Amino acid sequence: MAMMPSGSGGRIELPENVVVSRLDALANWCRKNSLWPMPFATACCGIELMATGASKHDLARFGAEVFRFSPRQCDLMIVAGRVVMKMLPVLQRIWQQMHEPKWCISMGACASTGGVFDTYAVVQGIDRFIPVDMYVPGCPPRPEQLIQAIIDLQDKIQREGTITGREFDTAGRQLRKRALVELAGPATIDASRNPVLQRELAAAAEAITSRS
Amino acid sequence: MPFTPPSVDDVLAGLADRFGTLDTSVYRGQTRVVVPADMSFDALAWLKERGFDLLVDVTCVDYLEYPDAKHRYGLVYLLASTATNQRLTVRVFVDDPDPAVKSAVPLWAGANWLEREVWDLFGIRFTGHPDLRRLVMPEEFTAHPLRKDYPLQGRGERHNFPVITRDHS
Repeated sequence: MAMMPSGSGGRIELPENVVVSRLDALANWCRKNSLWPMPFATACCGIELMATGASKHDLARFGAEVFRFSPRQCDLMIVAGRVVMKMLPVLQRIWQQMHEPKWCISMGACASTGGVFDTYAVVQGIDRFIPVDMYVPGCPPRPEQLIQAIIDLQDKIQREGTITGREFDTAGRQLRKRALVELAGPATIDASRNPVLQRELAAAAEAITSRS
Repeated sequence: MPFTPPSVDDVLAGLADRFGTLDTSVYRGQTRVVVPADMSFDALAWLKERGFDLLVDVTCVDYLEYPDAKHRYGLVYLLASTATNQRLTVRVFVDDPDPAVKSAVPLWAGANWLEREVWDLFGIRFTGHPDLRRLVMPEEFTAHPLRKDYPLQGRGERHNFPVITRDHS
């Protein structure tokens, strides 16, 4: 190995061609620059999705051009278009077939909220039934907007990602957050302007008193 | 002497001879004839023999709360003659409870999915249909959503799914 302890003071001297980083950051860098999208395109957003992948807008510039039609080869689901109630079980099944780490972009008004289709057959936002990382507004969004969402998702992966996928453990994260609030104690947090935090603090205080 | 096809009026006159006086009308060049539900299959078979050999569409209208409507559901059979290019609309009215007519599948195999769609969305039962299942709505759906008394946003079917979180997947 190139890393040899130098003689004085227990300090380590690195050669010029060595960069020190966290393993998480390295994994995130790899993951964010090779997103493989799963195109779940059901409507006109799918046309913009195709335009995004085509030569003019060239999604390859951001390392996300390898569209695969098998969920087992993908790590980014792009839901482009309205999802009807007959399609939702299919969507959930495809999401569960994708390998982790995986992310989801809800593209356009219909996938995010149901859009103008407020009817018995159309699901009013896919985030009611599967997790979503990025929402793209628009009807349909321009390819530039979808590219921006992918860039933002790459930032999110670089910022929050971990090599073991701890960032996906939402239930555990909620528990830890609650534990931190208990440790800090209600009096030390100014929640006077945040009703959500007030409710959480009240719940935490009640949990503490009921335990003792 | 060249073949001159019978006019739609001649066909309607023959239909009236066979099945009794029927309500007919013409709107913007399109002829419409109303046939009682218990005679609908025989009338369609008779028309098919007289040249209306193509069933273009089977659909339905719900006349709930429609001004001056005497019946709840109005079935629409769009017929055409491939030889003479004439068209004829056959209307059949049915009512609650248990709106039903005889299936036209023995006459036209293409009526199969058309009648399944009408059954799915309006709940009109086609007796003698070989495979009367839902066509467009999911199998577990229980309502007939194009009926006027069905709410536009449904009765919660669109939200009746398991929620998959990050912890499940």
